[in-house]
Amino acid sequence: MFDSLSEKLEAAFRRLRRKGVLSEADVREAVREVRLALLEADVNFKVVKEFLAKVEARAVGQEILASLTPDQEVVRVVRDELSELMGRQPARVTMASNPPTVIYLVGLQGSGKTTTAAKLARMLKDQGRLPLLVAADIYRPAAVDQLRTLASQLDVPVYYSEGANPVELAVQGVAQSRKLARDVLIIDTAGRLHIDEGLMAELEAMEKKVPAHETLLVVDAMTGQDAVRVTESFRQRLPLTGVVLTKLDGDARGGAALSIRAVTGLPIKLITTGEKLDALEAFQPERMASRILGMGDVLSLIEKAELSLDRAETEDLAKRVESGDFSLEEFRAMLQQVKRLGPLSKVMEMIPGMGAMGKLKNQIDDKSLVRVEAILSSMTPLERRRPKVLDGSRRLRIARGSGTTVQEVNRLLKQFQEMQKVMRQVKGMRKGKRGVPKLPFPPMP
Amino acid sequence: MPGLWERLRGGLSRTRQGLGDRIRAVFAGRQWSDELWDSLEEILYEADLGVDTVSHLLEETRTLVRQKRPKLADEVVEMLRRAMIVDLAGNDHDPWYLPPERPVVWMLVGVNGTGKTTTAGKLAAMMKARGHQVILGAADTFRAAAIEQLAIWAKRAEVPVVSQAIGADSAAVAYDTVTAAVARGMDLAIIDTAGRLHNKAQLMQELAKVHRVTGRALAGAPHEVWLVLDATTGQNGLSQAETFVKTVAVSGIVLTKLDGTAKGGVALTIARTLHLPIRWVGVGESLDDLIVFDAKAYVSAILGETQGTSE
Repeated sequence: MFDSLSEKLEAAFRRLRRKGVLSEADVREAVREVRLALLEADVNFKVVKEFLAKVEARAVGQEILASLTPDQEVVRVVRDELSELMGRQPARVTMASNPPTVIYLVGLQGSGKTTTAAKLARMLKDQGRLPLLVAADIYRPAAVDQLRTLASQLDVPVYYSEGANPVELAVQGVAQSRKLARDVLIIDTAGRLHIDEGLMAELEAMEKKVPAHETLLVVDAMTGQDAVRVTESFRQRLPLTGVVLTKLDGDARGGAALSIRAVTGLPIKLITTGEKLDALEAFQPERMASRILGMGDVLSLIEKAELSLDRAETEDLAKRVESGDFSLEEFRAMLQQVKRLGPLSKVMEMIPGMGAMGKLKNQIDDKSLVRVEAILSSMTPLERRRPKVLDGSRRLRIARGSGTTVQEVNRLLKQFQEMQKVMRQVKGMRKGKRGVPKLPFPPMP
Repeated sequence: MPGLWERLRGGLSRTRQGLGDRIRAVFAGRQWSDELWDSLEEILYEADLGVDTVSHLLEETRTLVRQKRPKLADEVVEMLRRAMIVDLAGNDHDPWYLPPERPVVWMLVGVNGTGKTTTAGKLAAMMKARGHQVILGAADTFRAAAIEQLAIWAKRAEVPVVSQAIGADSAAVAYDTVTAAVARGMDLAIIDTAGRLHNKAQLMQELAKVHRVTGRALAGAPHEVWLVLDATTGQNGLSQAETFVKTVAVSGIVLTKLDGTAKGGVALTIARTLHLPIRWVGVGESLDDLIVFDAKAYVSAILGETQGTSE
């Protein structure tokens, strides 16, 4: 699997540092690592080439060579250039001064137009607008039903008329919006290939009859090199105003975002981050830059933690731990909370600097976590609360019950004792009025 | 296999950039020189093969070039082509073949929006056309109107469909589908599952459960699990495949939407690293737009050639 860019850069520069002085060639080596990271993130090949030419011009300059931490400097330059390219400020969806505002959602099949249409309706409704959805995907079986089902959850009306073609639906949709006094029209169009002449002409005809205030291209964040070709083709035919990047709740690095920006200059206005209808957010250029580089994203981790963890339970747990009440029972509860964040390797990737701790990464894996949990679950509540009662025969029973060995059980208990020691020290520190983490994550076996 | 080739060429000729002829324009009839490595590299990257596969293929080709010292650029392209075909070896199994023990159960899995439901409809229609009794199972009980969508495909294909209401337990639908297939003496049951992002542990566990419960309805089921992969997907495809393979016993790939300009090169990377065969490719929206994978034609398409291989 891919090692994060920071990790690679750190390794490259560690080798170089031994040489004492850095040369231009050394910096080029680092730039090469950046190149691989960008390519692995699906940034378009040509875009990578142009981008790196710019970075290299800056990186080979004195500021980096003279720096004490050239690796961090290179990363900083790369990030700067990336954020610059992506736009510093989030771009917004604009509303017409004269309602109704007409918003088209266009894109390839399966990029997520229908779901995005519903999410956008919800977002606008929350902002006090009165959206009307137009179901103009007359080709995909049950696409109209899908939009209707989603809209009914939001209590937003959908316009559709059996037998009408998409152009007619757009025209009638405007009339309907006047009749129902709705001020935003969201037109969900059928997915189409950018090289499908007939269907592209149909979109042109729609926008000719019902001009758009916003035409948003919906792009799957997992898209590879083709993103550039697709966006260019759509832009040649339609007045695109921005992009919605979908499925960012996946683990794709989303290099398509960079490619699209670089080649077309179109702003990415919105991103979708989940299956629920409220999972639509403004695009944050800085965050995307970090994600593409695989540099860890603490903000996302915090958000994820807030979403996944049971707040009451976490606070209760923290309280118990702080009061010195840290037994295997609490340890098990912690493990279960951590597990909810998803695969540990992914969680670790989000923590900056963790990339460098390659050794630790191999030790902490989900399989060992499962074994630890099995061991803990094979104990009785009494044993978890008072590990002192664990004699040889109990340990043997636990090993058998959890499908592990007595050695593994022993190792876990020993590590737990060390952990308890740390906890006591932390408690002592607290008395000394020094900062203390609220929920100290224990070291794993 | 003229079908795939004709269709892919049809797709390619529609592009305006004339991408298709690039390899010809750059390489045909030219003397080989080291500057051409960059062009080869670019073509491979733009086909979504990814860093590891591109390095591996160029390394293989470089070794051959050092040994044989070809004069013409075409010869080098030929060496590269062979290296790619080697990576796809073992893909000549006939995916239409059904073992004698009936019913056979297939399951379709994949991330959101790759074309699972459409593929289920196409497979049902095409297996029916081959004289098999087919039943569909609407185990995507999550996405709004997915059940209706599959029902429309079932009607088009003229096959029965087993379904429950939206929000129902998808494992129960899968179980019912297999039980119905047994009771009605069907040859093939095709189970459509909900799209899910592979990094969502809970959803993957749910899929494992659907798989398990299917096996409880009929020992040995599902006999094949097809991973539906969108050809426009980049390097994330590998991460998808890795996780799905770990969760359910994936037997092969259906590469959809190959009628656009995307080359779907990540499928080769998956085939190479996970030894997962590509079985079908989807090239359109009609009932019969699903064709058996052909390694040579696919490699030609990746290399952007508009005519058949010289072999």
